[in-house]
Amino acid sequence: MFRRLPDAAPCAIGFFIDGKPASARAGDTVAAALLAAGITACRTSAVSAAPRAPYCTMGVCFECLVTIDGVGNRQACMLRVADGMRVETQRGRRVVSS
Amino acid sequence: MSGAIPLKELYDLAVIGAGPAGLAAATLAAELGIDTVLFDEQPEPGGQIYRAITTTPLTDRAMLGADYWYGTHLVDALRRTSVQYLAGATVWSISRDLEIGISLGGAARLTRARRVILATGALERPFPIEGWTLPGVMTAGAAQTLLKASGIVAEVPVVLAGSGPLLWLVAAQYLRAGAAIAAILDTTPAHALTSALPRLPPFLLSRYFGKGMSLLREVRGGVKVARGVTALRADGGDTLSAVTYRVSGGPELSMPAKLLLLHQGVVPNVNLANAIGCEHRWDERQLCFRPVVDAWGQSQVEGVAITGDGAGISGALGAEHQGRLAALDAALHLGRIDRERRDRDGTRHRHALGRAERGRAFLDRYFQPAKAFRVPSAQTIVCRCEEVTAQQIRDAVALGCMGPNQMKSFLRCGMGPCQGRLCGLTVSELIADARGVSPAEIGYYRLRPPVKPITLAELAALPKSEAAIQTVARR
Amino acid sequence: MAGARVDFDVAIVGGGLVGTSVAWGLARAGRKVAVLDEGDIAYRASRGNFALVWVQSKGQGMPEYAAWTKRSSDAWQGFAAELQESTKVDVAFERPGGLVLALSDDELGARVDALKRLHNQPNMVRYPYEILGRGAVEKLVPEIGPEVVGASYCPLDGQCNSLRLLRALHTGMRQLGVQYLPNRGVDAIEFRGSEFHLRGRGGELRAEKIVLAAGIGNARLGPMVGLAAPVRPQRGQIVVTERVQKFLCYPILTIRQTDEGSVLMGDSAEEAGFDDSVGLGVVSTIASRAVRMVPLLARLNVVRTWAALRVMTADGFPIYDHSQSCPGAFLVTCHSGVTLAANHALAIAPMVAAGRLAAETHVFSAGRFGVPQTA
Repeated sequence: MFRRLPDAAPCAIGFFIDGKPASARAGDTVAAALLAAGITACRTSAVSAAPRAPYCTMGVCFECLVTIDGVGNRQACMLRVADGMRVETQRGRRVVSS
Repeated sequence: MSGAIPLKELYDLAVIGAGPAGLAAATLAAELGIDTVLFDEQPEPGGQIYRAITTTPLTDRAMLGADYWYGTHLVDALRRTSVQYLAGATVWSISRDLEIGISLGGAARLTRARRVILATGALERPFPIEGWTLPGVMTAGAAQTLLKASGIVAEVPVVLAGSGPLLWLVAAQYLRAGAAIAAILDTTPAHALTSALPRLPPFLLSRYFGKGMSLLREVRGGVKVARGVTALRADGGDTLSAVTYRVSGGPELSMPAKLLLLHQGVVPNVNLANAIGCEHRWDERQLCFRPVVDAWGQSQVEGVAITGDGAGISGALGAEHQGRLAALDAALHLGRIDRERRDRDGTRHRHALGRAERGRAFLDRYFQPAKAFRVPSAQTIVCRCEEVTAQQIRDAVALGCMGPNQMKSFLRCGMGPCQGRLCGLTVSELIADARGVSPAEIGYYRLRPPVKPITLAELAALPKSEAAIQTVARR
Repeated sequence: MAGARVDFDVAIVGGGLVGTSVAWGLARAGRKVAVLDEGDIAYRASRGNFALVWVQSKGQGMPEYAAWTKRSSDAWQGFAAELQESTKVDVAFERPGGLVLALSDDELGARVDALKRLHNQPNMVRYPYEILGRGAVEKLVPEIGPEVVGASYCPLDGQCNSLRLLRALHTGMRQLGVQYLPNRGVDAIEFRGSEFHLRGRGGELRAEKIVLAAGIGNARLGPMVGLAAPVRPQRGQIVVTERVQKFLCYPILTIRQTDEGSVLMGDSAEEAGFDDSVGLGVVSTIASRAVRMVPLLARLNVVRTWAALRVMTADGFPIYDHSQSCPGAFLVTCHSGVTLAANHALAIAPMVAAGRLAAETHVFSAGRFGVPQTA
């Protein structure tokens, strides 16, 4: 649904989306990287398992929640992609284990 | 833990938000010799309007336009001062005695200031339509941020829907970026011009007129525009597949779509001011709640000033002048300047503010969002976090639920992580509509810290007084 | 509604858990009832509770309270079922038993002693409880932290969704014909010609009997009808997390997971007057103690904090009173409106309908404070 403009810098950061390798540009938020990688829904809601996706990209809507390096419910639009980052889409309520 | 970042125990002035108002306020305060800290949750300065101004990957300056690049002056000016600017610092609490809770590098820290200036800006007005929670529906501002900050743009034809200058600006920027716009569905009410007519003369003389006309010309060229849209719906199963709408109450029209961008103006981001206990009042012209402040931004909570779009929408240029006024006032209260100096220096900022605000009264009235898009139909989800519909809210009013705080207890609307940022106005207006009174009588959610989530670990690690420990431990 | 005078069998002042439980019970018994409530911003202890239906450790100093509590707890399942059947609102009541965790041997020792003292009281109702060692606690809550040495467990303890309970009571009482009148704060009550006249916002209302269930407001209203309600506000603060997959199956006195998945943590008891703002030191202490008990809570996001004002008597026990000078005026106050909701609906309400409080409630009269009923 989204593409990168040609004059932007090349994608040098390697990370993972649900275990699959993806690439991002330095400075991308996780939300931008997910959208650029073709992810449409980043989670299903805790109340009714409805698919949800980033909506505001400015940190106020809390729709872009994903699991990052094992920590759930992180706002993808507020975090930068880092090399080797493991991003996972979420299903329903956050899972916490000891 | 981020013990590495030095945070003083006490500052003269804490400014919250590094958008135009915050940047200008912090800069002026520092220039007056005030020990100032500037907190902003984003990793770089600029707020939303000048988002990514120091890091944007876009090299063609014409794409975003001169109004955007103007913001570099504000950042450069800040950088020349000794303001301690802490990026990535989320302010989650400010107490009445100005103890400030921030979260920085995953650790919660406390600090204090003698004066605080809130410059937390605005957010897009909620635009509740059926299907607005579907993947494929975003705000126009979100699309603009993705373009500015990451250089990404839609590769499918986009439907833009709503009302207001930003809608046209994003349309223009998208066209410059080579994106395809399937249609612009303009929800500006049919009577808009008539009701805004009395304010037309200053608008015609303002910068907004010329810029607006030029944007319209740029966009209208090849883009299908439907005006007088009175109903809107996003259709789809798991993602958006079509947008359905009516023009002037006519028959339903539908078009396939994968991306719908919604926008119907911006409203003050009131959460922090509300949680501090600042009084807010309903503004019938801007159709939102605004904090009650004096001409310098001072609220009735001693030491707390609110400035920029967070105090009421006046746009980026207005915001920076308001920020300077708030800084002057803080300087007075801190004993740096006397009243005469404050008033004298303030005069030129006030004049600049007046010039920046010229024409806004027209814009406010002309782009007043239609009621149908503020008080939505029955099946529309109002609270996205808790998935509460308009009908459920109306039913609760019928049960005797009088206001948003009772409504919160009844239906959980407003209890999600967004803390009402996307539902608060809709809930207040819905209850007002159901009860046949003004939202002024209904009020708004009563908020408390943390205004942004922090982890329990962060909360647990804060310093505690012996008294606090005793009230819990004795159980 | 201005100036309207309407006849009711019973007017209840206060639309919280206490008022609506009694209202529902009265309407269920066929009475014509009005509930007068305040507006959107009011103290509303019912909005800030922990939603425990709790028996363990209650009644030190008044064993009758333990019996009264157990009676309500035993009746709760039926109460919840009846509400669900008529209103379709599921208040998510469950009674898996509850725990009070000890973070040191001293704490556990103190707990053991306290429970022994409690259960050794003459006339104390008998019910089972156990002192569990760490191993046994771990079987119930595998996530407990290393500092937990043991706990007291009582199979009668449980929890519900108290906001849904309030909604169920509102829905149920409306179904039964109760007139719910919000934004009708009461300024004055007069007993005249064997009737009660309640005056306030929205005009005057007439009723044969009244029940004062206005929480903190009872202190002001009681004396108008010859009743004393020596209650004071006691602040309690609660920390709430985001929704999480169910992991905590047993309510702990200060930590529970709601049916919706949020984890609630308490609790504090502060004499803060009418200040219901949140204090960081206290919520931080609550957080810190909770994390010591269940370490995995540490990584959860706090999305909300509450402070609410409990309606507290000097000894912490309820007040149930019937006015001598103004027969037909009843007063009901407690700080355990959730636990006692079943009793209020199924025991107190019938007593009010019959015109007298039964003998087992006489111990709860405000007379115990040495405060005489006023003329």
